[in-house]
Amino acid sequence: MDTSWFVVLSAFIFCIGAAGVMSRRSPLVVLLCLELMLNAGNLALIAFSRMLGNGDGQIFALIVMVVAACEVVIGLGIIVGMFRRRLPIDVDEMSELRG
Amino acid sequence: MNVTDWGWVVLGAPLVGTLLIALGWRLLPGRSAGWLGSASIGVSFLASVGMLLELVDRPEDSRALVGTAYTYVETAGFEADLSILVDPLSVLMCLVVSGVSFLIHLYSISYMTSDQGFARFFAYLNFFVFSMLLLILAANFVLLIVGWAFVGAASYLLISFWYRRGTATAAGIKAFVINVIGDVGLVIGAFLLFEATGALDYASIFEAAPEVFVRDDGQLVAACLMILVGAFAKSAQLPLHTWLPDAMEGPTPVSALIHAATMVTAGVYLIARMHPLFELAPTAADVSAILGTATLIFAASVALAATDLKRVIAYSTMSQIGYMILGVSVGAYGAGLFHLMTHAFFKALLFMGAGSVIAAMGGLQSLDRMGGFRKAMPFTFVTFTIGALALAGFPLFSGFFSKDEILAYTIERGGMYAILGVVGYIAALMTAFYAGRMVFRVFFGAAVPEARELENGHMAHGSHANPATGEEEDTDVGFPGPEHHVAEREWPMKAAMAPLALLAVVAGVLGIPGLTETLEHFLEPTFEDSRYAEVHPSTTAEWVGLAVGGLFAILGLAAAYIYFMRDPARRVSTRERFAGVHRVLINKWYFDEIFDRSIVRPVAAFGRFGRFVVESTFVQGVLVGGTVGIVRAGTSLARSIQTGELRSYAALLLMGVSGLILYFLIVSS
Repeated sequence: MDTSWFVVLSAFIFCIGAAGVMSRRSPLVVLLCLELMLNAGNLALIAFSRMLGNGDGQIFALIVMVVAACEVVIGLGIIVGMFRRRLPIDVDEMSELRG
Repeated sequence: MNVTDWGWVVLGAPLVGTLLIALGWRLLPGRSAGWLGSASIGVSFLASVGMLLELVDRPEDSRALVGTAYTYVETAGFEADLSILVDPLSVLMCLVVSGVSFLIHLYSISYMTSDQGFARFFAYLNFFVFSMLLLILAANFVLLIVGWAFVGAASYLLISFWYRRGTATAAGIKAFVINVIGDVGLVIGAFLLFEATGALDYASIFEAAPEVFVRDDGQLVAACLMILVGAFAKSAQLPLHTWLPDAMEGPTPVSALIHAATMVTAGVYLIARMHPLFELAPTAADVSAILGTATLIFAASVALAATDLKRVIAYSTMSQIGYMILGVSVGAYGAGLFHLMTHAFFKALLFMGAGSVIAAMGGLQSLDRMGGFRKAMPFTFVTFTIGALALAGFPLFSGFFSKDEILAYTIERGGMYAILGVVGYIAALMTAFYAGRMVFRVFFGAAVPEARELENGHMAHGSHANPATGEEEDTDVGFPGPEHHVAEREWPMKAAMAPLALLAVVAGVLGIPGLTETLEHFLEPTFEDSRYAEVHPSTTAEWVGLAVGGLFAILGLAAAYIYFMRDPARRVSTRERFAGVHRVLINKWYFDEIFDRSIVRPVAAFGRFGRFVVESTFVQGVLVGGTVGIVRAGTSLARSIQTGELRSYAALLLMGVSGLILYFLIVSS
């Protein structure tokens, strides 16, 4: 199978994720969409790795997964904290860092 | 032990006392802090005696010894040591300072008993003695300046000892500011000398000075005048004298110790110590002699009119120090230092007696309210009268020999100095008059209620109030204690006053012209290189001087007797006839007002100008406001991007990354 299919699919998924991050207001969904973007990146890495015939891309993908796991832990922790404090579950409401 | 070892003990004992009392005051019950403080000064005095005995054992030409603890600074070609100089001059000063200090410590144990700050008082007092001894024993300008500044700080701490009393803290600040002016003068003087000679220790400077400077060299005169600023600020000479009368706000033992017997004579010591320089710069010495004479007549005239007992004695101190300054400036070093010693005895005694009287008055200090204490306080009466007679220079008392010797010497120098000597004699007449005035007004005349109460065995307890302003006070820490103590009932006070009274009578035997002159011979090794060593007046001339001085003393006392005892009505009529003069005198020649108008107010106006014009328009408006405006304008774009909205950040990020990728794609193709 031609690598370009994988790349196109990866680009689609990335765009879906990016659109979700930009358009959705629920932090949970934003987190999910971020995950989509990361995995789109992973898909592209693995596809290119196969195309070039060495394992470098796969190692990168593994590292991205580790980072993604960390990010989810922190992100979910923040969201749970927001629930606990009964803060609005809406990223637009959280704009206290406005300059 | 050799001489300098004793010197270190002299210096170390009060330091140990200070530290023990200051750090361990919680563990010292009752009066023990006072006993500890007195003991440390007692050790210091005994070590001074040890120093004296070791020194007189040595041959006359090797009686100046330097002991070095360690080298403080050592750089290219320059060295400053932590070292002490022991010679006859410093030994004499050590003996006087530690001896009088010991007695005043003893007196304070009783006087301060009921004060809440008892231990603090003795910590300060020991610190003062340490600083004073450091100043005396220093062998170079570095240590001298350290001691000089420490003494000023100790004086400040003790003047404002009752720190909740507004007038006391104001007086302390005044004293400190004027003393710091003196410190700065001394430092600049040391710089000028260092610049020319490349050394800071006395021996090297004195050795190099005749080679580096010609006679009356401009730089040397400037250095000497700067040193004089230091000496005059410490010794309360015109025009830096205004702090001393105010310093009487401190507890009376402080007035006795610091503002009569020891610290204020530091200027005299300094000029005597620097005599090789002042002899090379006769202009500076003349300035000093003239200002000293001006002070002695000015202060004596104010003492004629002042009504506050302690201030009368304070002005008398200024006046007597004027005599000493005159003495050491015209080359009568032996006589000047002799007067320093006898003055320390009788002036400390007068203050102690005054403290006892003020306590009996329940804290009141005005002469107008006092009278008739002769029967109520016989011990104080006798000792105070001895002190006053010595101050007046009554024949055969100690002040008679010392003061009149200075004047005899001054007149012997001839020319301008003869005029100064005559002025000194006129002031001596005034001195005798106000000395008599104090005794007659306090101890004779009709007994005031407080005196009658004391005769019946009761102590007057006035209301607790500031005697200067009448403000109400409590008796907690920061204000005087509830009880008053008089010498009549407290043996430590008597034990302190009796030796001083004895010394005030007999100390004159150390300098009877033609007979003993012990002190002058003792000091000879220090001053043998003096160019005025030959000027010494003949024994006959000295006795003539003494006779004239004694005559003036008797005349002054007789006048006081007529005015205050035989014919009190004449006092009032005289005061009315010379109302203008009296007003000038009672206002201390308007010195405070002149300084207020010429220095304090312009500086305050300048400060207000700075505060309201420079600060608010230029600094706040242009500098601060302008900077803020520029930064605010420059950052408005960056601020508008920081919306705080997560989704717009994400969009910007994505757009940025997409833009970069597009750019690289276009560039690479």
